[in-house]
Amino acid sequence: MIKPHRRQALYLAFLLHRLSGLGLALFLPLHFYVLGRALDGEAAFDATLGWTEGPLVKIAEFGLVFLLAVHFFGGLRLLALENLRWSDRHKNYAAAAVAIAFFVACGFLLRAF
Amino acid sequence: MHDSTSIQVRVWRGDAAGGDFADYEVPQQPSQTVLDVVTWIQRHADATLSYRFACRVGMCGSCAMMVNGVPRWTCRTHVNKVAQDNRLTLEPLRNLPVIKDLACDMTVFFDKWKAAEGHFSGSLTRDRPVAAISPRDRLRRAANAAIECINCAICYAACDVVSWQADYLGPAALNRAWSLQNDIRDTNRAARLQAVSANGGCMHCHSQQGCASYCPNELNPTASIAGLKRQAAGSFLKKKYPEHYA
Repeated sequence: MIKPHRRQALYLAFLLHRLSGLGLALFLPLHFYVLGRALDGEAAFDATLGWTEGPLVKIAEFGLVFLLAVHFFGGLRLLALENLRWSDRHKNYAAAAVAIAFFVACGFLLRAF
Repeated sequence: MHDSTSIQVRVWRGDAAGGDFADYEVPQQPSQTVLDVVTWIQRHADATLSYRFACRVGMCGSCAMMVNGVPRWTCRTHVNKVAQDNRLTLEPLRNLPVIKDLACDMTVFFDKWKAAEGHFSGSLTRDRPVAAISPRDRLRRAANAAIECINCAICYAACDVVSWQADYLGPAALNRAWSLQNDIRDTNRAARLQAVSANGGCMHCHSQQGCASYCPNELNPTASIAGLKRQAAGSFLKKKYPEHYA
């Protein structure tokens, strides 16, 4: 439950940026594990890559691509906020970051199957 | 069971040691403000209720409280705009120590103004002519945009970084510093920039913009803090690479 004083759009943008960053950080060990399977030989690595072809993994990857994209575009917004001339349109920019990230993730999902 | 001509009000009662909510039923009036409600309770229900107000017209910044979980200036907040199902919950401002009931100790808030070098330092005496500054000047417009702060501490109560980090100067102090940084008459700008970019300063702002969302005077302290961040970064680069910024 979000406390009343936090019920405003840019708090949600802050929360999404933090949670997406956390999600990506949690994904990294899995990413390194998959890459590390190459050390066990070609067959082991191919078996792991075969596992990633499953539909559930593809759908999970959609989520991962969304997290990556929303963190990337949200990060660009924050860089602009802190380094460029002030703009009063940050709610629009935050909404645009989410929309573009969703678009990118959907594009990935369409090509995944 | 209450009728629609009354407001059910929960008021936090207590002091620094702790407290709890007390319930009151207050008659509804046309154009009633939240401050009117608090005043009615003190005059008609419980004279021991402590709260703070002065001007009642949105000038002094002393009557701010948490109203249904949101920091607001109560003298300019109409009950019918904020009551939920004819109910109000009133608490002392968040992020400040309580003295008693709805009255907070503002000492730390103003100490942070001082720590942010929030005072004007001029070089002229009153015997010299008034400095001629065009209101269209870019720096003057930046100073003016941040100058109408009434020290109500609503931004301070809305800020999560203040609640996470005790030594964070907070939106009001940093907004004041930004206003002075754009005042070309001020002679203390280098020391002020040092003060506001040190630990506890502008770099801790997470740009959630709660301060801007709830500022009753529609100021934007996040924009001011972003300005200070840019100025601090520029100052760092000039010191680090003087040959490129001659």
